[in-house]
Amino acid sequence: MVQAKPRSTVEAAVTPVNRRPKRQLPWPLNLYQTAVGKKWVMAITGVIGMGFIALHMFGNLKMYLGAAELDHYAVGLREIAYPILPKENALWLMRGVLSVALVLHVHSAFSLWAMNRRARPMGYQSKRDYIAANWASRTMKWTGPIILLFLAFHLADLTWGFANPDFEHGAVYNNVVASFERVPVSILYIVANLALGVHLYHGAWSLFQSLGVNNPSINWLRRGFAALFTAVIVGGNISFPIAVLTGIVG
Amino acid sequence: MDLTLKVWRQDGPQARGRFETYPVQGISADMSFLEMLDIVNERLITEGVEPIQFEHDCREGICGSCGVMINGKAHGGHERTATCQLHMRTFKDGDTIVVEPWRAGAFPVIRDLVVNRSALDRIIEVGGFISVNTGSAPEANMLPIPKEVSDAAMDAAECIGCGACVAACPNGAAQLFTSAKLQHLNLLPQGQAERWQRTVAMVEKMEEYFGGCTNHGECQVACPKGISIDFISYMNRDFIKGKSLNRRLGGQGLAK
Ligand code: HEM
Ligand code: SF4
Ligand code: FES
Repeated sequence: MVQAKPRSTVEAAVTPVNRRPKRQLPWPLNLYQTAVGKKWVMAITGVIGMGFIALHMFGNLKMYLGAAELDHYAVGLREIAYPILPKENALWLMRGVLSVALVLHVHSAFSLWAMNRRARPMGYQSKRDYIAANWASRTMKWTGPIILLFLAFHLADLTWGFANPDFEHGAVYNNVVASFERVPVSILYIVANLALGVHLYHGAWSLFQSLGVNNPSINWLRRGFAALFTAVIVGGNISFPIAVLTGIVG
Repeated sequence: MDLTLKVWRQDGPQARGRFETYPVQGISADMSFLEMLDIVNERLITEGVEPIQFEHDCREGICGSCGVMINGKAHGGHERTATCQLHMRTFKDGDTIVVEPWRAGAFPVIRDLVVNRSALDRIIEVGGFISVNTGSAPEANMLPIPKEVSDAAMDAAECIGCGACVAACPNGAAQLFTSAKLQHLNLLPQGQAERWQRTVAMVEKMEEYFGGCTNHGECQVACPKGISIDFISYMNRDFIKGKSLNRRLGGQGLAK
């Protein structure tokens, strides 16, 4: 008879994987010291991003009204709240809010991702079979960085201009056309916007959950809202390079 | 039914585990998954091989001890079904079935399919109860509770602490468990006195052991009791409130 292996006598010890902060910061900073609070910040900053991306897309539709309209819109952005505030002040305020939101969004995403890695040091050794987790929810950690890299290029291309040889300050319409006439750049825009779409499809549904805005009478709308929001943003954004490449705008 | 079973075998917490393959013959479709494992173990014992260790108790879906990963799905992935309630008729003759223990940093493997789930108890200990003074029980009808509210509290109270939500979650998060344990008390009048302290304490304890929620929704389909992720949302709301309220002036328990 085969001898049975000796039984284990050691209890498998359960040890925390995350350390508590040593000191509680004053409110509201203490919220950011917790994962649920970080997720809340991620949702709020995500909503700020969604507001920006919606206005940005909507404003750029001016492209279809011609060069004069689009260039004038760009001047108008600099004059928001003028003459109450000096020119460009409101614009810089918005830029500040967006930058802080972006930093917080990315930082919270990264630190929660690190926490999740610690929570399962040894993964499943057999194949997992997901039932509910969809492609969008499981690729957030990839679509996020793609958007970030694209954002850096986008600013270099159309705001600062050093990635665009024909860049001329203030000539927004011409800059956009010159940029999209380069086919690889147009492809990059389309791919990045598809990544944005996947990110938004999960994010715009998920944020209600993270914020604790959960009400049986609105829950049925959430999936539809996310899909519609995504379709409008991605559809609008992708139309710009296509319009330039097909000569509708140029 | 004839099946091939691929089971995780691990001799102890520190030992390296591996999958072992066992051919299984003559399984009745009416058996439960655990009865099938019993048959395999009887054979292993007669062959002098150490039987496969798995945890079980009630065998009727109420104790929460029997959870394992079956073909990559917690409890086998059938709606509102714990491993002990899973019938062999859900498999086909000739199937290969892969069985693996829950995987999470907070759930170390004790042996084979048995993991230590006591991290869940650490969460309960810091607030998953109502403090009552001794004395005679008050008249039950003195506290009116709307039917919908008591139903919702009962839905949350169904949680059997099996850990499938953690196991199924791609992040190893325990949000579904914690929110269920919170909300079955937080929804009721008796739970109000300690509501905010309880929420903050249990969430923070949870975060010491488990990952964070990214709203995949995988837990709610894995849960043998069908606990809804709506409770997670309520927990998030209560946590932010609990952290922000002036509990002393709000009269909601002691400020801490
Ligand atoms: C225009 C830019 C962006 C917008 C509009 C946006 C929007 C959102 C929204 C609404 C959420 C949902 C929050 C929640 O689940 O409660 C989210 C989640 C997330 N975002 Fe972004 N995001 C943007 C850029 C980025 C970038 C640059 C990253 C870079 C790393 C990123 C990474 C993430 C991650 C990892 C999540 C969490 C996903 C999850 O919880 O499943 N996002 N985003
Ligand atoms: S919430 Fe469901 S899956 Fe999680 S421990 Fe409770 S019964 Fe198990
Ligand atoms: S053995 Fe009790 S729930 Fe399965």
